[in-house]
Amino acid sequence: MLSPESLKKIDREIAKYPPDQKQSASMSALRIAQEERGWLANETIEFVAEYLGMPAIAVYEVASFYNMYDLAPVGAKKIVVCTNLPCALSGGVHAAEYIKKKLGIDFNETTADGLFTLKEGECMGACGDAPVLLVNNHQMCSWMTEEKIDQLLADLKK
Amino acid sequence: MTVQGIILSPDLDGDRTWRIGDYVKRGGYDALKKIIADKIPADQIIGEVKKSALRGRGGAGFPTGLKWSFMPRAFPGAKYLACNSDEGEPGTFKDRDILRYNPHTVIEGMIIAGYAMGCERGYNYIHGEIFEVYERFEEALQEARDAGLLGKNILGSDFSFELYAHHGYGAYICGEETALLESIEGKKGQPRFKPPFPASFGLYGKPTTINNTETFASIPFIIREGGDAFLALGKPNNGGTKLFSVSGHVNKPGNFEIPLGTPFSTLLEMAGGVRGGRKLKAVIPGGSSAPVLPGSVMMDCTMDYDSISKAGSMLGSGAVIVMDESTCMVKALERLSYFYFEESCGQCTPCREGTGWLYRVVHRIENGLGRPDDLDLLNSVTTNIMGRTICALGDAASMPVQSFVKHFGEEFAFHIEHKKCLVPKDVQHEGSKIYVA
Repeated sequence: MLSPESLKKIDREIAKYPPDQKQSASMSALRIAQEERGWLANETIEFVAEYLGMPAIAVYEVASFYNMYDLAPVGAKKIVVCTNLPCALSGGVHAAEYIKKKLGIDFNETTADGLFTLKEGECMGACGDAPVLLVNNHQMCSWMTEEKIDQLLADLKK
Repeated sequence: MTVQGIILSPDLDGDRTWRIGDYVKRGGYDALKKIIADKIPADQIIGEVKKSALRGRGGAGFPTGLKWSFMPRAFPGAKYLACNSDEGEPGTFKDRDILRYNPHTVIEGMIIAGYAMGCERGYNYIHGEIFEVYERFEEALQEARDAGLLGKNILGSDFSFELYAHHGYGAYICGEETALLESIEGKKGQPRFKPPFPASFGLYGKPTTINNTETFASIPFIIREGGDAFLALGKPNNGGTKLFSVSGHVNKPGNFEIPLGTPFSTLLEMAGGVRGGRKLKAVIPGGSSAPVLPGSVMMDCTMDYDSISKAGSMLGSGAVIVMDESTCMVKALERLSYFYFEESCGQCTPCREGTGWLYRVVHRIENGLGRPDDLDLLNSVTTNIMGRTICALGDAASMPVQSFVKHFGEEFAFHIEHKKCLVPKDVQHEGSKIYVA
């Protein structure tokens, strides 16, 4: 189900916790699984559960509680824009509107070619860098002017 | 960098000086080496932290030395340490800079804390959205292990301490300390009922102490230079420097590390003043959960726990959100209320249902559908949430509502009566355009 590389990464996470507390690695195991599979299907969650010796429902609870896990397919590039108050005061909402216009989609939609999904995010802890976007959960983009958004979208299309 | 402090010290050079070699050159790990070489007793370390008047930097401002003394050191078996780097309180972005520019100061602070409280293992819980910071922290941990500063028999002593990074994945509530522990245990981050407090029943049911990133980052200086030296940087009962994250309508948003007790007007000046020469309208001085204060009140405050508390708000995490005259206060509150509604973990009914009520009522006022008794309704919802939930998120959702209505009530009344904003839409639009310093 998951590649040997992913399993090796998960094993490294398990080793961080006391031997009888393997379930502590559930969050990182789900993250690693999502990196490989793009999103978390029920079978993927069940696989992670079995690997960690946990009931599937316990892992599903984790996957559905934290909002960076995707329980449904998303575009190849998921863009999350922070529109919370500090970002909004420095153009977070404008940046989101600009991306919507450029991609022709609204929040929680995916472009027809399956390339981009756009989401509205909550505080990323980078308010001084507003407007801030997060690409595929891991790449934070700071001070996103319209020009920089154009450049980013062009780069992501490559 | 514009900071002049002991954590983000002037000799840091952004992304280029975070490695262990650079840290050691700055006097890093001297405090730990001194403790090990001189076999300094744990009580003496805790005494020094008490003397420094260091108060928890995560938001509650609880005296750190006192918290450390709650740990039952003689308790047999595992004891744990946790660092709260789950920084998701709107307006707060200081821990991210500490972790990416000076990660070893947090590591050293945690090792010293582990020594003082007899902990065998620690975890640093890092906010989900800052993955690059998490990866760097992992690298810094490996550097410390390779240098014999972490792991078994640190620096040849009989003290052993393991430290790991745990990566969050998007839940504001995990900044609440018991939710954070649940999350490290691989569960939904839902806060626990207290008591028992983590010092007696924490991670995996063992005694645990949780401190904020900036709190740990202050420890090496306190041990190296002494608690008195730290205290002298601030003012009585408010020891040390503090990082303030300034965001919103300023010319130069960013982190500023200044002595506690510095006038707000000085901090505003450091952040380049109000953007576009517009007039200061309101300030949230301690992160989105802290009550908002009118600009004129803030201009008379100094930035420390006591002064901000006297003015009717909280220093909180030190996140200063500046709003100028182009801001519609109803719209600002609407966005914050949506945040708490979205982030309520759903465990306690008053918070789960109440945050939804708060958001929906503020939303309808903002959108011209407010009813004459809506302000009373908001007030009644907040009083039915506050003090009736397991954790402080319910209070955190209520305090903005109460304070916005208290200080800017006429703006809310205008919306309800005239079905539109007091601040013209084009002025709002102009004021919140994409702005990059």
